[in-house]
Amino acid sequence: MARLPVRKTYKLYIGGAFPRSESGRTYEAEGQNVARASRKDARDAVKAARGALAGWSGATAYNRGQVLYRLAEMMEARADDLAAVCSGRKEVEAAVDRVVWYAGWADKLAQVLGSSNPVAGPYFNFTVPEPTGVVAIVAPDEPALDGVVARVAPALVGGNAVVVVASQTHPLAAVELAEALATSDVPGGVVNVLTGLRDEIAPVLAGHMDVNAIDVTGADGSTTELERLAADNVKRVVRSRDEQSPWEIASFLELKTVWHPVGA
Amino acid sequence: MTDVAKRKDVAPAPLEWEYAPAPEARDIVRFEERYGLFVAGEHVAPKSGQWFATTSPASEEQLAEVALAGPEDVDLAVGAAREAYENGWSGLRPSERAKYLFRIARILQERSRELAVAESLDGGKPIKESRDVDLPLAAAHFFYYAGWADKVEYAFPNRRPRPLGVAGQIIPWNFPLLMLAWKIAPALAAGNTVVLKPAETTPLTALLFTDVCRQAELPPGVVNIVTGDGSTGAHLVKHPGVNKIAFTGSTEVGKAIQRELAGTGTHLTLELGGKAANIVFDDCALDQAIEGIVNGIYFNQGHVCCAGSRLLVQESIYEPLVSKLKRRLTTLRVGDPLDKNTDVGAINSKAQLDRIRELVASGEEEGAEIYQPPCRLPEKGYWFVPTVFTNVAQSYRIAQEEIFGPVLSVLTFRTPEEAIEKANNTAYGLSAGVWTEKGSRILWMAERLRAGVVWANTFNRFDPTSPFGGYKESGFGREGGRHGLEPYLTFD
Repeated sequence: MARLPVRKTYKLYIGGAFPRSESGRTYEAEGQNVARASRKDARDAVKAARGALAGWSGATAYNRGQVLYRLAEMMEARADDLAAVCSGRKEVEAAVDRVVWYAGWADKLAQVLGSSNPVAGPYFNFTVPEPTGVVAIVAPDEPALDGVVARVAPALVGGNAVVVVASQTHPLAAVELAEALATSDVPGGVVNVLTGLRDEIAPVLAGHMDVNAIDVTGADGSTTELERLAADNVKRVVRSRDEQSPWEIASFLELKTVWHPVGA
Repeated sequence: MTDVAKRKDVAPAPLEWEYAPAPEARDIVRFEERYGLFVAGEHVAPKSGQWFATTSPASEEQLAEVALAGPEDVDLAVGAAREAYENGWSGLRPSERAKYLFRIARILQERSRELAVAESLDGGKPIKESRDVDLPLAAAHFFYYAGWADKVEYAFPNRRPRPLGVAGQIIPWNFPLLMLAWKIAPALAAGNTVVLKPAETTPLTALLFTDVCRQAELPPGVVNIVTGDGSTGAHLVKHPGVNKIAFTGSTEVGKAIQRELAGTGTHLTLELGGKAANIVFDDCALDQAIEGIVNGIYFNQGHVCCAGSRLLVQESIYEPLVSKLKRRLTTLRVGDPLDKNTDVGAINSKAQLDRIRELVASGEEEGAEIYQPPCRLPEKGYWFVPTVFTNVAQSYRIAQEEIFGPVLSVLTFRTPEEAIEKANNTAYGLSAGVWTEKGSRILWMAERLRAGVVWANTFNRFDPTSPFGGYKESGFGREGGRHGLEPYLTFD
């Protein structure tokens, strides 16, 4: 008789742990019962992200690059599992290569995006990019895996902490990705994944006063409501412009300019 | 002076220095009785039929009457900007665009004294400042961005930058002509045309700038100026023909604009309020720090979004520092903006004066200790004595809200960690200051301060090459430098 397989429970990923929704709710997607995050789960995820931010943004760029590369390694190792919840092997390979590509940007961003500014006076003046802080990402529905990776990787490599609203219709890839994240060296809380109903979760994050930016690339149709809520604390509203570029990273960054007098 | 040095903990007696008047000649500038709107290169009467007076806040005298642009006027201005964009400006060789901007920079330099006097008359800021800061920087901004006009592709490797179209720009009253330059120079260099709305209380230098455009032979419609009040700005924000809004002003209005533009796809940059911490460590060069503190908060009557309005002093030097600071305050000369000796001019408007008074009253009510040096103020006009609050808690309104006036709140800290915690304990994030002779500490602090500009052992420095803009609720986007081009471009 064939062995009865042990199935997976699809849960949230918050603060490095895999809790069920505190509401106890699930919904059915892709043939599975998936956790249906509540408003409270969304707030918990923001809190976890804020808590993890200092460590991640304070890590050296070299370290962040290596940690992201490690994520690619973990994804490669789970390629079969990932392929099963997206369009297949090719998409997984594209997603893994994308993570590697972004990993290599970590210690080059400041050189490409920053500047030394020749002010007309005896001052040393430079501009450096810094993470904007806690970023909410509304993941696109498709491609199920590479779509979410393409939005999370640029936010992550810049040193932000992320709360992902997984695709409502294709949430499994995001949960699978969370499992790769959990076994990589990305510290708990740096990426948090919420599954559930987008209209229930995304507005909470858009209006949350401790979220610094919201990426609406994946939000279908009208994003007017999310953008309006974002104004409550002058959130940066991010939309993808390129498929993959350092400018995608830049849209999750602030620029800080420092002055100091020059004198003997 | 020696008297005070010995008794460091006691508030000093004022210094009795007399100054002879040193008035700047005001006849270098002649205002028209009435200014229409500047649309398609012409001065036109407003379709709204409405006019309003602009006055000098130092004397309350009327300087001129100015058009109040209504929706129809804004529409005509946007139409003129669109026409100029489609039929000329965007197709012009970038090197030719550059030369127009170089011309403007040169004309601003040539007419700088006239414009400086106009600025001080209309806005109330000391002539020393409009002459030595506003005007030179305004010209420098045009000169800097002129050079970018035909080099934009080098600023963004591997991208193909294109102009956005028509930029609607709304500027504040604290640095009227300088803010105009910050807005118009990068917009034009990037190939856009603009409709600019000056602040209600300070429209005159923008209107004089229209004559600079005429002298530079700038094609009609490339720059349009619509004067008015908040309603004019709202019409501009809502206009569907505008591709980009750049706003400098209060966080409250900034949020309203962001809400208004939600879902429209209109590009937006915001440069909003601030409540900067100016952090002074016990190993600083104290006398230099005192000058930096004074410059940080009393420069331009404190009408500066990046003003160092929260002074964080390390506890061990609190008493000598506050004593020296109070003494320094007694030497500030408050009065006629056109007097070359004046340090602190007039408060920009009655409304602003009322707001400052209200917040200062709240500080006294909440329990802070107020210090104001003895000061003779002119009888007419709007004035406020440079003020220091000590014994301030972080929760007080004067430690939380932007006062936008010559009012300093003093708080203390013990460790660098505590200084960071307190400095970042605000919804704003525009600027910050650090005073210490220890280099490693400067960089440690600079890394952790959540602010777009960090001044170390200096304060309130500006330069066209240096990006300026906020974190958090102080807005997004940068003005100045290579980074200041990006908000005026789109990329294929």
